[in-house]
Amino acid sequence: MSDDTIDDAPLPVAAPAPPSRPTSLLKQRLRDLVRAPGAVAGLVVLAIAAFLAIFAPYVAAQNPYDLMQLDIMDNMLPPGSKLGNGATAWLGTDDQGRDMLSAIIYGLRISLGVGLISVLAASVIGSTVGVAAAFFGRKVDAVIMRIVDLQLSFPSILIALVLLSAFGRGVDKVIIALVAIQWAYYARTVRGSALVEKNKDYVAAASSLELSTRRILFNHLLPNCLPPLIVVATVQVAHAIVLEASLSFLGVGVPVTEPSLGMLISTGYAYLQSGKYWISTYPGVALVVLIVAINLVGDRLRVVLNPRLNG
Amino acid sequence: MFAYLIRRIGQSLLILFAMSLLVFLAVYTLGNPVDSLVSPDADQADRAAVIRQLGLDRPIWEQYGLFLWNALHGDLGTSFVYGLPAVDVILMRLPATLELAVMALLFSLAIGIPLGVLAGLRPNSLVGRTIMSGSILGFSLPNFWIGLMLILVFAVQLRILPSGGRGETVSVFGVAWAFLTLDGLKHMLLPAFTLALYKSSLVVRICEAGTRDVMSQDYIRFARGKGLSPARIVCVHILKNILIPVVTIMGMEFGALIAFAVVVESVFAYPGMGKLLIDSINRLDRPVIVAYLLTTTLIFVIVNFAVDLMYAALDPRIRLSDEGAT
Repeated sequence: MSDDTIDDAPLPVAAPAPPSRPTSLLKQRLRDLVRAPGAVAGLVVLAIAAFLAIFAPYVAAQNPYDLMQLDIMDNMLPPGSKLGNGATAWLGTDDQGRDMLSAIIYGLRISLGVGLISVLAASVIGSTVGVAAAFFGRKVDAVIMRIVDLQLSFPSILIALVLLSAFGRGVDKVIIALVAIQWAYYARTVRGSALVEKNKDYVAAASSLELSTRRILFNHLLPNCLPPLIVVATVQVAHAIVLEASLSFLGVGVPVTEPSLGMLISTGYAYLQSGKYWISTYPGVALVVLIVAINLVGDRLRVVLNPRLNG
Repeated sequence: MFAYLIRRIGQSLLILFAMSLLVFLAVYTLGNPVDSLVSPDADQADRAAVIRQLGLDRPIWEQYGLFLWNALHGDLGTSFVYGLPAVDVILMRLPATLELAVMALLFSLAIGIPLGVLAGLRPNSLVGRTIMSGSILGFSLPNFWIGLMLILVFAVQLRILPSGGRGETVSVFGVAWAFLTLDGLKHMLLPAFTLALYKSSLVVRICEAGTRDVMSQDYIRFARGKGLSPARIVCVHILKNILIPVVTIMGMEFGALIAFAVVVESVFAYPGMGKLLIDSINRLDRPVIVAYLLTTTLIFVIVNFAVDLMYAALDPRIRLSDEGAT
């Protein structure tokens, strides 16, 4: 009951929450998080994925998009074959003679990047809108929530298809489409918790001190609405990555020159029927491991950050 | 009830109107349709003639007004690729997508309800926890990749199911249906299962939560005290109480099934509306894109409306609270 402990603090509370309390709370939450083996496994996988994505040029055996490093004679080799230059392609090669393992590491970079950037941008926009809707109430709230409801009643993939069929393909365009889809989730989540928070004493205290509306919104109200937002954002990273992969698979997502994991799977689709399974299978496995890891962490965060569940 | 009905219809019309505006702006004003219509070696006079013919020289609101007027008369333009009215092209593909979505809906209920109830009855057992972890997997696995893997296993390796297409169809009242033939069902099995996977996780979650909730109620304890068999308690007392949310949510999710059929149909080369949409996007066949989006929106609005009415009829609290508010 984190909120109650703050509320029950002895009265002279001029400064909103003493600085030591948030860190100890954070530590406590981290300890709770680590207690579940599934979440730890998920965190480990995510750390490895982040490492691979950031240091891709140093980790991957070749740069799969540097045509100088590719040899067309190496194309379609099954996993474990030797390449022309003596290296081993542990996961086989694709139709251009690219080492699949290197391609997956570079693909991870784009998939993770698109997922993280779109979630960050969408959560900033969404939470601003949501907190404003809750704080101002009445007409602002009604208009914003009507738009949110309208958008959430449509499946995300349909909205993405409308936008991308208009924009064309491209990493930046996919990110814009993903932001346009996701902001509504954050707006609704933050509005929900802000509606509860704004009636608490600390907001009344802040307004009686005549702090500016902006300060109350962003320094007092928003930080207290963060826990549910974090849970939604974590799960949404997975959702965004899957959606990007699906769009790229359909040929409306990222361009062929910047292949994400979904694009790699799409390339392999053409060769699946002839039994060359590795081009589609391994990027898919990488994608699934990544998504499951994010969801495991997200599922645990939901438990850890829910004040009702950890009394 | 009447006021509720009127308000709900107004809302639906507003959604349709908003969607038509959005689709019109997105599809017709971004990018230049003339470039994809006129051959590159056409001269200025030809171009101007096409622009005039399409009404592209008029102000944008006038274009939209014309578009809306035609749309209300069932005319959404002629497909550039098929040379037929876009609405007809969509309607020809509609049965395939509808039967796929219905099949997927049935699959997800058949998989989700038993597993969800089982997990709800034994929340802390190994079975219960396995089912719940499995449902996370069902939520997170990328749909299209599962489809590919199913093709790999059942069509390429085992060769027991076809890898794509719709198979044999039977004509009933002039509409071709595949679910009436064995071959058609075989073709539908893998795509419908792929499509159902995500929704069945949702059903598992709803049923699990519902069962746990119902199990702690007094009437279950009373039923047990009366000495009713566990089978009767599950089938009558539990199922009856958890089915209302399942039915409503699945009703609302039916539209999502049709939308996500876009991905599944592309994987299985299944000739439904979704595959048509992707083909049309790749060929810049704008009238068909618009017709698809508006048809899907219409299906959506109708389904949601029906579900809302059903829900209001089933649960008087909703109707009453709504009337109290107005």
